[in-house]
Amino acid sequence: MARICAEGLRIEFPLYHFGARSMKKRLLGAASRRVKADAQNRVVVSALSDLSFTIESGERVALVGHNGAGKSTLLRTLAGIYEPVGGRLTVEGEIGSLIDPAAGMDMLSTGRENIRLRALYRGLNAEETAALEAEAGEFSGLDEFLDVPIHGYSAGMSIRLAFALATAVQPQILLMDEWFSAGDADFMAKAETRLEQLIKASEILVIATHDMNVVKRWCNRVIRLEAGRILGDAPL
Amino acid sequence: MPRTEHYLSIDAANPRHTERALADLRDGLSQWRLALALARLDLRNRYRGSVLGPLWMSLSSLIMLIGLGLLYGALFKLKLSEYLPHLAVSLIVWQWIAGFINDSCATLTSAEGVIRQMRLPYTLHALRVAFRNALVAAHSLLLVPIVLLIFRQVPGPEAFLAIPGLLLICINMVAGGLLLGMICARFRDIPPIVANAVQLAFFVSPILWKPELLGDAMVWMAFNPFYALLETVRGPLLEGGGPPLAWLAAIFYTAVHVVLAGFLFMRFRSRIAFWV
Repeated sequence: MARICAEGLRIEFPLYHFGARSMKKRLLGAASRRVKADAQNRVVVSALSDLSFTIESGERVALVGHNGAGKSTLLRTLAGIYEPVGGRLTVEGEIGSLIDPAAGMDMLSTGRENIRLRALYRGLNAEETAALEAEAGEFSGLDEFLDVPIHGYSAGMSIRLAFALATAVQPQILLMDEWFSAGDADFMAKAETRLEQLIKASEILVIATHDMNVVKRWCNRVIRLEAGRILGDAPL
Repeated sequence: MPRTEHYLSIDAANPRHTERALADLRDGLSQWRLALALARLDLRNRYRGSVLGPLWMSLSSLIMLIGLGLLYGALFKLKLSEYLPHLAVSLIVWQWIAGFINDSCATLTSAEGVIRQMRLPYTLHALRVAFRNALVAAHSLLLVPIVLLIFRQVPGPEAFLAIPGLLLICINMVAGGLLLGMICARFRDIPPIVANAVQLAFFVSPILWKPELLGDAMVWMAFNPFYALLETVRGPLLEGGGPPLAWLAAIFYTAVHVVLAGFLFMRFRSRIAFWV
């Protein structure tokens, strides 16, 4: 059973490369809530402070909030990329993150080479690699463009490949940053179907979004973040 | 999407630095295929569209070898058959080490895009840089047997001792990738300092000159880690094994390096994502 449990989660981004004193004074001088000095007197931006929540299997959580509220940071923290400076985080279950589907792509390699590279990133064996290659090649509908370096792709083509690669595996916990919307209408319909399957089959969905339609359609719980804190957490 | 471990538990009050650093090392090493594939991609992309491609590396080493060999052979009044084999091994191993050191400063900063998007072992990035530089060096290392054959200085079975020598260098490279990668990610003034130090090290290490030229002062050479590492490869190939002091020093420096890198990695691994 998948489960996410956070207790007093705190993430701070240190501003290392702004050493100047005056800068420090100015930043700290204004009665700011998020830029502050930490225990070692470094200037830090408090990205998430004191978040506590538990997400059980079956929950579809929407993270909403203004730009800079900490939605993406929270997703990255759940994915294990940022480590909290305070609090506790436990994530049980296989995590799949659709944070930046194009991450790890090599622009100078062909589509096919990128599929193999992704297979290596995921640690797939030869059989699974061949399966991924066939599946992603087919789904992206790139045909002969699969053997063209992807820097020659149109924006729509890159997104199709990225999407096909990113969604080829079914995780227990699905972390998504914004809903995908790209490619031609034809592909959009295909992509929607695929995303629906992925979401339905995942035990937990956490999606950061601005789009209330997405929230209404997919989610059964809304966590509202503001300035790195939980402002509201309610079932929908 | 990148798949990650099925259980993630982080407690800031009990960070388990050592355990998690070791897990990172283990996972990173087990993903060596990915590191190798990325290193090969790096090289392929670097020489994209070039006719000679990576053979440029062998060619530039060859030109350097001939130019420096003729000039410094004459300056030191050494016969080419004495001087060139020494220079070939020293220069090519040095180019490998120096290239690596400069490259390793960007181990983590150049992987920023991936580090912020996917959870991957940091060791993987160090391994990638080590592989990349080993592949570059392999192109130039081919010149060594050719030079040895031309000057009929074929070494005996002791040449196999060069293998542990090369292994020591490789261990240093994985440790160095993490150590310099972390320090340079945190303090952005370090890479130029490193570049200057490497340049200085070239002149104070016995590469252009033979260590014997120092006479009695040669024993001080043991304080130069580059001398020790060079000697573990050069000794077996040219001098019937290399001085035991150099071997001891090389093992000692490697151990210190690994401990230092390991300590910093355990202590600061969790901060790396915030540094890059």
